[in-house]
Amino acid sequence: MSWFKRKEKGITTSTEEKKDTPKGLWYKSPTGKIIDTEELEKNFYVSPEDGYHVRIGSKEYFEILFDDNKFKELDASLTSKDPLKFEDTKKYPDRLKAAQEKTKLKDAVRTAVGKSKGNDLVIACMDFSFIGGSMGSVVGEKIARAADYALKHKVPFMIISKSGGARMMEAVLSLMQLAKTSVKLAQLADAGIPYISLCTDPTTGGTTASFAMLGDINISEPGALIGFAGPRVVKDTTGQELPEGFQTSEFLLEHGFLDFITHRKDLKDRVNLYIDLITNQPIRA
Amino acid sequence: MEYLDFELPIKELQDQLEKCQLIGEESDVDVTQTCKKIEKKLLETKKEIYKNLTAWQRVQLSRHPDRPYTLDHIKALCGNTFLELHGDRNVKDDKAMIGGLGKIGDQTYMFIGQQKGFNTKTRQYRNFGMSNPEGYRKALRLMKSAEKFGIPVVTLIDTPGAYPGLEAEERGQGEAIARNILEMARLKVPVIAIVIGEGASGGALGIGVGDRVLMLENAWYSVISPENCSSILWRSWDQKEQAAEALKLTASDAKKLKVVDAIIKEPLGGAHADRAATFKAVKEAIEKNYEELKNLSPKDLVNQRMEKYLGMGVFKG
Repeated sequence: MSWFKRKEKGITTSTEEKKDTPKGLWYKSPTGKIIDTEELEKNFYVSPEDGYHVRIGSKEYFEILFDDNKFKELDASLTSKDPLKFEDTKKYPDRLKAAQEKTKLKDAVRTAVGKSKGNDLVIACMDFSFIGGSMGSVVGEKIARAADYALKHKVPFMIISKSGGARMMEAVLSLMQLAKTSVKLAQLADAGIPYISLCTDPTTGGTTASFAMLGDINISEPGALIGFAGPRVVKDTTGQELPEGFQTSEFLLEHGFLDFITHRKDLKDRVNLYIDLITNQPIRA
Repeated sequence: MEYLDFELPIKELQDQLEKCQLIGEESDVDVTQTCKKIEKKLLETKKEIYKNLTAWQRVQLSRHPDRPYTLDHIKALCGNTFLELHGDRNVKDDKAMIGGLGKIGDQTYMFIGQQKGFNTKTRQYRNFGMSNPEGYRKALRLMKSAEKFGIPVVTLIDTPGAYPGLEAEERGQGEAIARNILEMARLKVPVIAIVIGEGASGGALGIGVGDRVLMLENAWYSVISPENCSSILWRSWDQKEQAAEALKLTASDAKKLKVVDAIIKEPLGGAHADRAATFKAVKEAIEKNYEELKNLSPKDLVNQRMEKYLGMGVFKG
């Protein structure tokens, strides 16, 4: 005979009523530092204790760079077709649809024009969450059109790269986007319009073999992975042990491929400082 | 002569034919009729096989050990007028990327292309046709030099990709290719690019932006090799044939997608089956295309080239 009698059988609290911390309240950085997500947001999505720059998308970068988060999005309705009728384990249109539903984005880049420190700036910002930020026809076309807007309105141009490279499902057509975007950048260069390339984590493959490395200045955030061939490919091909910090932004700075690395909180100031200096204009406060 | 797996019926007939001829030589038996029969059968079999090549079979042909490589083409085109030029004036001379001046008829061209080796030793020496950044920078140096003197540029593309090495990354493989793509887009002299074998990704495009892009019939051109595509999307190399189909990497696919302007026909059995005929077709293609481009002003030339690339891609809205 038991000392206590349970009046009701089993645990009766329903899952919804359980006292649990809601999802997404805390963020844990790779070094194990824990931070309140609201705090993280206020700190430009950088973990304050270890300076880890969390991967963010176009929504957050636009918020950081455009005054009062006000901007006009360009060519927002462009979407991908399936010119190759590509099918691997999934059909390409199904993959696109799944990505669109999951991310609420149309494709892997958003382009916009708005004021940054009071002056117009055109930004094309990639979203890694959309099929690994891969570059297909839509990414190429939107970047080309955004650059064209900058060209016509004589506004400085910035691309924020965050991409695994070309989109395999559009095969040779995605390869041609390297040429298409570079053609537009050549036109911008001939017109003397500043182009800033921000390489964020990760910037690899086709993006580094085109616009990401073609800035009047190439800049980055701390600890970003930047490279043509991914570290695994390099290791597998050469059989060599990779040095510590291989292909980080610090590594690229050291080897002469970046102009500087900036903390995300200084990004807006330093981009605009460069624009004021290179265009020989008074420096905005 | 090396045979690929799908060419085995041809090998069998070829062996039969040789045996038949041998018997004819060594004995008094009249084998003319039998030999003729076999020859006829051989031709029919060849036609049948090469008419219906799959994408993967074309990839195999593009990598055939007897296939003519860049220097074979250049030497056939220019004879003893070819003068090879070396070095990127920066780090070193990349053996996987060759270049130099030579004449076809009365016209001087700047030839640039990836070079593969023909045996183990030379394959290593040429790094299997995989350039390092200094190869792309050497190519750009030669293109700028050609531009300075109004010399048209011909590039011959044959690479399994840019080299994915540690030093290549340190020296900026991505930057080197990106710079070439941009500078080729605005080069003020005619540029004719020809994919003669493998056209893999950025490594190919790094010397591949041109007023005319041509492709040999059994060459392939895509964003990734079928093996690597298979290993990424299916997580194994076994689906390479399926990947080759899916990537639409053949010359006729590239033509349909408007990525190349024209296809250069190969002799029956592939470029290596009749090298002289291949070189002749390439020579005629270069001369024909240069004829169409040579009178354009630098401004029109660059504008047309830029417009061509700006029109590439397929999308909605």
